[in-house]
Amino acid sequence: MAEIRLEQVVKSFGTFSAVKGVDFTVDHASFFVILGPSGCGKTTTLRMIAGLELPTCGRILLDGDDVTALPASARDIAFVFQLFALYPHMNVRQNMGFPLRCQNLPRAEIKTSVEEAAKLLRIDHLLERRVGGLSGGDRQRVALGRAIVRRPKAFLMDEPLGALDAEFRRLMCGELRELHDRIEATSIYITHDQLEAMAMADRIAVMNQGRVEQIGTPQEIYDRPRTMFVADFIGAPPMSFLHVHTSLRRGDRILMIDGAPVEMPEVFEDRLEGKFALGVRPENVAFADSSQLRGQVIGAEYLGTTQIVTVTTASGQVRARLPSGNLVQVGETVGLKLRSDRLSLFDAASGDALSSSLQAGGRHG
Amino acid sequence: MADVSLAGIGKCFGPVEAVRDLSLSIADGEFVVLLGPTGAGKTTTLRLIAGLERPDRGSVAIRGRDVTAEVPADRDVAFVFQQYSLYPHLSVYDNLAFPLRSPAHRMDEALIRRRVQQVAELLHIAQKLGNRATALSGGEMQRVAIGRALVREPAVYLMDEPLSSLDAKLRAELRLELKRIQRELGTTILYVTHDQIEAMTMADRIGVMSEGELIQLGTPRDIYERPQNAYVASRLGMPAINLVPAEALAGQSPPPEARTVGLRTEHIRIFSADHSRPRAWVSWVEHLGDQNHVHLRLDTHSLVTLADPAQELKAGDQVSLEFREPLYFDQRGNRIVTQGWPA
Repeated sequence: MAEIRLEQVVKSFGTFSAVKGVDFTVDHASFFVILGPSGCGKTTTLRMIAGLELPTCGRILLDGDDVTALPASARDIAFVFQLFALYPHMNVRQNMGFPLRCQNLPRAEIKTSVEEAAKLLRIDHLLERRVGGLSGGDRQRVALGRAIVRRPKAFLMDEPLGALDAEFRRLMCGELRELHDRIEATSIYITHDQLEAMAMADRIAVMNQGRVEQIGTPQEIYDRPRTMFVADFIGAPPMSFLHVHTSLRRGDRILMIDGAPVEMPEVFEDRLEGKFALGVRPENVAFADSSQLRGQVIGAEYLGTTQIVTVTTASGQVRARLPSGNLVQVGETVGLKLRSDRLSLFDAASGDALSSSLQAGGRHG
Repeated sequence: MADVSLAGIGKCFGPVEAVRDLSLSIADGEFVVLLGPTGAGKTTTLRLIAGLERPDRGSVAIRGRDVTAEVPADRDVAFVFQQYSLYPHLSVYDNLAFPLRSPAHRMDEALIRRRVQQVAELLHIAQKLGNRATALSGGEMQRVAIGRALVREPAVYLMDEPLSSLDAKLRAELRLELKRIQRELGTTILYVTHDQIEAMTMADRIGVMSEGELIQLGTPRDIYERPQNAYVASRLGMPAINLVPAEALAGQSPPPEARTVGLRTEHIRIFSADHSRPRAWVSWVEHLGDQNHVHLRLDTHSLVTLADPAQELKAGDQVSLEFREPLYFDQRGNRIVTQGWPA
């Protein structure tokens, strides 16, 4: 068990800044996911926590102790890599016991630790098997087992499921989270897959270009994105934006879009005239003839139960998730009704969400 | 004329029958997706068409020519693998140009430059052309791998889960791009995935595979609305179709031979509790990010449906259910075609 804290951590490689001042605290025994597109700095951040990279500046604290300059071997942290490398000439038991043999622990102790870890991972029946003949999932369990046997304070996992086929990934997600709950270790998990993040995390940090855009529970990140990047990265399909040029006053609840009044969460700040974007998720869009906000249907993707219908308006494209039973004609003009209490308003220049009744707590869905 | 046709293909690996009596025709310009779980025989089918495996039985024809005995290089196919393999010592540009410079497809350098630039723009990697292949992120490497197939114009593209290693946003973008490219260029694609969204959104026709057999081949709407059996029904739909014993739906008068009832979200209406309809309890509402699922308890059975955003339900709520035109399956799992329901 451990609390991990990063304070203003920066990492530069020559002129390139991979990580630009990251702050977060991972609580004891929690499951923390760093989510972001490739190249956002998530792996570099993880490698600094592990002690595989030295930060250019900033501090890393493990249970309150400054470990910034400690080598990886002195940190009591286990790292599970994306491409797990097992020793092909050893069986499962020898692979799992390897880190303990390196520490010259007594044989009996190694045996107990390995068998305990194998039981936790439900691979105790495979202990005498060669790793070569194992399925991808079992190989991954062995790799995890090798991390668990040491009983480290924390686990760092760099897309550990990335090499598995996606169907199996879903299954392993549930298994990993369950394992985490059983051993109560602090876990930091890196992924670009929002479904993995949503399924496993207590809290998610969304990273982009070396910075943390938002930290929150999966539901917060989804319902109340703090930046347009987060809104656009999360959700399948992502949030749609309607662009407006206007000024805003504290207390505003109506936004004029293409001359149509659209009800939105109450705005808590005054803003001079500028560009803003109203964000709406596909499930919060409905068709309504009475609505003054009009658009033209340009396409529909059939998904079975639902369909994703794309509508262009003068202010931008809106995607709606509608029942497949609704007949929609490409080319027809429709009225759009947006669910007022779930809309996000962003400053289009900075990408940041405005303070509003949604951001101030809003409602959990 | 079919661009690719498989006739009575069989392939065993030792005691395992990977593909069993498979016949399939893919028309010129058609996008066919093979859908199925790991081990269904999808990848083996692709490899048999590419010539990376030899069938034990049956024949493979490409553009009307029997190629069963031909080596891969003579078949005029391009293969995109799940795990990208690029030349690490070459730049992105040279990786993309490589297939065009091979002795078999020798091409003018100016023409090569144009093709590479075109494909790089299509895949949003034009600004990376000068990079070494190893200086790319995973997502970029996979786009280069796809690009290396796209620079050529083969009779058929064979793609083995090419998007599965990408993030969701990129995957959704490339899904649309691939479909657009395929439509515009009129290319023929056989695409393997276990991702039903990829299958539903890209395919002209979906082939559902299980244990080496092609179970059903049809348009996405066909497969979803008129599945041949309960297995096919369970491969499509999110949340997955609820399969419950017929007797659980008292008062619904299912056909006499029905053993199992298949209920999807669109077959279940949820009302506030009343006396005339079957009652259920809301066990929990699951937030999955892009969807919310309602878990219901009906007697001893659990049902999962897609939450209606306009209907606020919470754990512990008592509700009444109405079932509309569900799917019925007989003892062997085959769907029973009922009156009033499209055959």
